[in-house]
Amino acid sequence: MEPTVTAREVLQEHKSFIANPDRNWILKVIGLSIVIALGFYALILQIVDGHGITGMRDHVVWGVYIINFVYVLGISYAGALLAGVFHLARISWARPLQRILKLMTVFALIIGPIYILLCIGRLDRLFNLFFLPRIQSPIIWDLIAVMTDLIFCIFYIYITYIKDFAIIRDHAKELDLPEWRQKLYSFFAMGYNDTPAQKKNLNFALDVMAAIIIPTSIVAYSLLAWLFGMNLKVGWNSSIMAPYFVLTAIYSGVACLIFIMWIYRKSQNLHKTFTDEHFTYLGFALVVLSLFYGYFYFSEYLTDWYNMSNTYKAIWAKIFDFSQYGWMFAIGITLTTAIPVIVILFPWFRTINSIAITSVLVLIGLWLMRYIMIVPVLETPYIPIQDARPEYFSYSATWIEWVLSATGVAAFILLFMFAAKLAPIVPVSEMLEEKEEHKLTAFFRLKKKLTTSKS
Amino acid sequence: MKEDNNSARRKFLRNSLTAGVGMFAVGGTALAGETDPPKEKIKVLTTDGKVIEVDKPTGDCAVTPCEPPKGLEARKGIPGRSFVMVIDLARCKNARKCIEGCQRGHDLLPDQEFMNVNLMKDNPESDPYWMPKNCFHCSNPPCVKVCPVGATYKRSDNTVLVDADTCIGCKFCVSACPYSARIFNWTDRESYADNDPNYSPETSIPSQHGVVSKCDFCPDRAREGKLPYCATSCPMGAIYFGDKNEDSVTNGEDTVRFKQLIKERAGYRYLEELGTDPNVYYLPPINRMFPYERGFSTVSEEKKEIMLKSIEDIK
Repeated sequence: MEPTVTAREVLQEHKSFIANPDRNWILKVIGLSIVIALGFYALILQIVDGHGITGMRDHVVWGVYIINFVYVLGISYAGALLAGVFHLARISWARPLQRILKLMTVFALIIGPIYILLCIGRLDRLFNLFFLPRIQSPIIWDLIAVMTDLIFCIFYIYITYIKDFAIIRDHAKELDLPEWRQKLYSFFAMGYNDTPAQKKNLNFALDVMAAIIIPTSIVAYSLLAWLFGMNLKVGWNSSIMAPYFVLTAIYSGVACLIFIMWIYRKSQNLHKTFTDEHFTYLGFALVVLSLFYGYFYFSEYLTDWYNMSNTYKAIWAKIFDFSQYGWMFAIGITLTTAIPVIVILFPWFRTINSIAITSVLVLIGLWLMRYIMIVPVLETPYIPIQDARPEYFSYSATWIEWVLSATGVAAFILLFMFAAKLAPIVPVSEMLEEKEEHKLTAFFRLKKKLTTSKS
Repeated sequence: MKEDNNSARRKFLRNSLTAGVGMFAVGGTALAGETDPPKEKIKVLTTDGKVIEVDKPTGDCAVTPCEPPKGLEARKGIPGRSFVMVIDLARCKNARKCIEGCQRGHDLLPDQEFMNVNLMKDNPESDPYWMPKNCFHCSNPPCVKVCPVGATYKRSDNTVLVDADTCIGCKFCVSACPYSARIFNWTDRESYADNDPNYSPETSIPSQHGVVSKCDFCPDRAREGKLPYCATSCPMGAIYFGDKNEDSVTNGEDTVRFKQLIKERAGYRYLEELGTDPNVYYLPPINRMFPYERGFSTVSEEKKEIMLKSIEDIK
């Protein structure tokens, strides 16, 4: 069959991905495992000694952990949303990005909830969430949302892998894969042979899942926003929360995509797959999102500022105070609203590397802005904190929290490395179909009569 | 921690009822609904002028069990009761005895405060004043709404309690409470114990590591006819505790009609506009007994500075 020839070519081109691990790869895995082991040590300390060894106290009850939770889940939902939209809208240039987007989605969705678990004082009673759930609580909304999303996303990513597993299975001999890996691929390919009927069904399933995943991710991230919005707190109890969260998620998702793309392009020499076009298109998306982000932030600030109530005044005073959050805010707002516009919108600095570095800066900036969104608000209750203990007065994370944060990042990278060993980070099947006409199977079909008359 | 209670049992209710009758008006719904066993009746006058018959307070534990209930039983309020607190801000001089009494009664460390006293200032012209603040036991409690496992709950007798045996320690209620009334047990202590057979959400003893705890309005003390620890410890008698159904509150010395007190002395609830419907009322700090500066004698220099700084914007 004709596609097999092409599949062989594509596979040969990217075979370094799935080749048996070399020393370099193993060393990286060991390095990351050490970070994760350190994280486990910190986790055990936290469980044994209690949350007293973190920086969290009675006012800032959730610190860096919930910031990471919000941040990582944002990347996850954005990945799902973008993958779904790119697939359904048949945006052909985005096909090579599909696998990265879906891996981002699933891995972030696995790591994100771990951060929220770190906020829970009694992990031994976690089962109460299942035995005594109260649907009125936003935490239960979130639990349902994350679990639903996780199931959908894992199913979705699996069906996008089927074609690739089948291709690798068919070429396993040439690729010199060990016996057990050959068996693994043929098991997970589930007997897919690219027959017209199989193809039709699978494409239909892919379309349906892409369509399901878009609203699911928007709903799930809105529910996360309401975890904050439902608090009777000045600064959180606002209707802008959900749209703001969704926009920020997409922003961080695009930045994360550019960064991952850049790493693979540099390290695996994938200039032909992740082209200049990808970087410029996504770079401009970053600019648009940055302008939207600035607009949202400005809208929020202007509304607070115009009729400044005392509690708002106290929160903004902390954010603008250079001895408290001033620097963090200045850096965060510059990185998220000014840098992408300066570097990418105007042609003077626009290169592949500058776009990639901008995306990293945006990722850092968005983390800082989440910190600004969460911590100063928690430090400013209606009744001013009058506590002589400085750690109750203002929050600062301890090494336990930083180590566990780093562990999440290490786990994310490690999972990516394993996934890339399983099948190339470039979706082989998507690369093949690029040449074929991609039929609209599940959606966008006109009435039968019209379609037939057209063809 | 619990005193022997035979003599003092139901004294509070008896006090308030007799005092109320003496003042020719007392609501009598407190014990309505208690049918068996048949008890001696007394006639009382309700707030709207009707004479009704209620069970005579007997002072035995048949009417209301004196033993604080455990587990699911602790989710039911004491029948017929509707606890309410009134704090007279004019009397508070930040003696901090309420805090200490509460800490002794609930086995808390010196820096764990169910009750605390804040320095407040309402507007640039007014003098600062001291505001004792415990849990307001809201009738529309934002903390109960957000609890994912139902570990914190609202009872029919107005109390909002935490069941430390169920709490998973997610701290959502701490962040949801607009009055910063809840605390988290950050570190373990020797007196903490999980699933202790003597534990009752009404007493909050023994507490546990990694869960949320807060002011419980001392319903266990009310069962025995006693006032909460904070009210009995206050040297100024600033804290009145009582029952809305009986329309009477007492600070241990004076017993007054609740509605009249609130009406005549312009009682208010803190942050009424949030719609949480609190059950702790404040009497405004008018005709104060002490200048507010005297309250600084009980706090450290460091804390004084923090307090003054937190109200300096209001000028």
